[in-house]
Amino acid sequence: MRRRLIPVNVVIAALLFILLSLDPDQTKPPKAVMDRGKVIYDKECLSCHQADGLGVQGMNPPLAKTKWVLGPKKQMIHIVLKGFSDPIEINGESFENPMPPHHHLNDQEISDVLTYVRNSFGNNAKPITPAEVKKVRAAIAKGK
Amino acid sequence: MKTFSSIVTLVVLATTPFLTTCAGDLAKKPIGDTTINIHSSKDDEGLTLPSGFSSIVVAENLGSVRHIAVNSNGDIYAKLAKLKDGNGILELKGGNTSNIIGFGNYPGTGIAIKNGYLYASSNSAVYRYKLDGNNQVINPDKPETLVKDLTDRRQHNSKSITLDNAGNIYVNIGAPSNSCQVEDRAVGSKGQDPCPILAYAGGIWQFKADKPDQTISDGVHYASGIRNTVGLDWNSAVNELYVMQHGRDDLHRMFDQYYTVKDNAEIPAEEFLLVNKGDNFGWPYCYFDPKLDKKMLAPEYGGDGKIQGRCADIKKPLVAFPAHLAPNALLFYTGDQFPEKYKNGAFIAFHGSWNRAPEPQAGFFVAFVPMKDGKPNGNWEIFAEGFAGGNDKKASGRVDYRPCGLAQGPDGSLYISDDRKGNIWKITYQK
Repeated sequence: MRRRLIPVNVVIAALLFILLSLDPDQTKPPKAVMDRGKVIYDKECLSCHQADGLGVQGMNPPLAKTKWVLGPKKQMIHIVLKGFSDPIEINGESFENPMPPHHHLNDQEISDVLTYVRNSFGNNAKPITPAEVKKVRAAIAKGK
Repeated sequence: MKTFSSIVTLVVLATTPFLTTCAGDLAKKPIGDTTINIHSSKDDEGLTLPSGFSSIVVAENLGSVRHIAVNSNGDIYAKLAKLKDGNGILELKGGNTSNIIGFGNYPGTGIAIKNGYLYASSNSAVYRYKLDGNNQVINPDKPETLVKDLTDRRQHNSKSITLDNAGNIYVNIGAPSNSCQVEDRAVGSKGQDPCPILAYAGGIWQFKADKPDQTISDGVHYASGIRNTVGLDWNSAVNELYVMQHGRDDLHRMFDQYYTVKDNAEIPAEEFLLVNKGDNFGWPYCYFDPKLDKKMLAPEYGGDGKIQGRCADIKKPLVAFPAHLAPNALLFYTGDQFPEKYKNGAFIAFHGSWNRAPEPQAGFFVAFVPMKDGKPNGNWEIFAEGFAGGNDKKASGRVDYRPCGLAQGPDGSLYISDDRKGNIWKITYQK
């Protein structure tokens, strides 16, 4: 009888390991959300953060794989609604330009564009819902 | 066995997007690469120059080199936007990298040499260092503070400097704003009228070059209504100040009812200005439209791309350069090495654009404006190009180098600095 060099169960275990070590959240948001999000991104965000989401040296921060994008949803929604001008550093670089507030966008538009950003430029994070935007907007209105 | 094959299928399906992503990342990698370093201190094939000119790289990877100055003994001083080993100024003794010393524990942009002193600026102050008979800084750790407490809110905070021949130093104080809206750069936010920023920024101030501890109230408010300037120079041929204004951003993003994406990329010119004492160049109420050849009313103040309004009497630029190219250095050439055409003409280093997106980015070159009697005497032209590293890199803005500083050497050579990696090129001419 020919001896197998690698037993089947070892192969299965190895394949399972590879499978599980991949990011388990491979689900992309619905195409309609991503399409709507891209339209808003191109109009509102692209001129600063650029088509590749990598920002501008010393001026505008990148959106690819940073804690500001992949971190708490509430923080990201807050930045978009209220703007942001605290000095921050990403990969040893700081940025001159302020992020303007975008309260002119409605809850649906903000949820679409943030979901798009969280799932573009190599990012893969959970979508943001209009209800979540509404909640942060209400908290800001109350001065929180 | 059925289970096994379905797992294999699952693994293949699951890894396919993963592999695709990897390949995509690899394909994109050179765009953002920061480590490739192909130049050495020999003839640099990277730069394109007019016939008879050649370039060498005299230094590389120095850091974020903003402005540079070259002393009469050939020493190069480089001002850094980010401290390197705690130092904000590097001195390249003899003009090469064999002996570099660092001092000045503040980041910034401005640096200049005049009458036995080295002048340098942080983002809120101006300092000077006395040089000894051998042109060496006597006390590198204890500069004299000439001007202090200038506005620094990060946006447009470069305090660029130049000196005249009558003991004055001129300092740009850029407006920490795009167009003086109540909420900077926010859609729907009105322009403040009058703009309170103009009291302490958005202009050029003149200070004494030898008086310590001046504040803005000690200075002369030399010119107003200038959004931001990084490149400025005293033109000794006519004894006048000239500056390069960075024009406004975001016409389309904030006012798409009046301006297309292309309008934003092409209209709000970068302006080459002759600055007389007391001049007002109209920011934030006005911008210059090179197609109409007019100063136009900004949309934050009721403009729609067609109304000139209060901007009709505002002084026009000597030259309107394409929008958003970011002129970061200006130098009037006084040397004898270059051909006669270049004498007293203006070299301008364009850092390159970002706000032209989604249109292709542009700039990343050094331009030349021939001048006679302090006025342009012919069309501007590109003098040095090739900093971007190719058309794709230029269009995306993911370039190799960004021209930021200019200086003239004692033998009339032209030096160009880059603040992306920290290269310095020396340009020479031979018949």
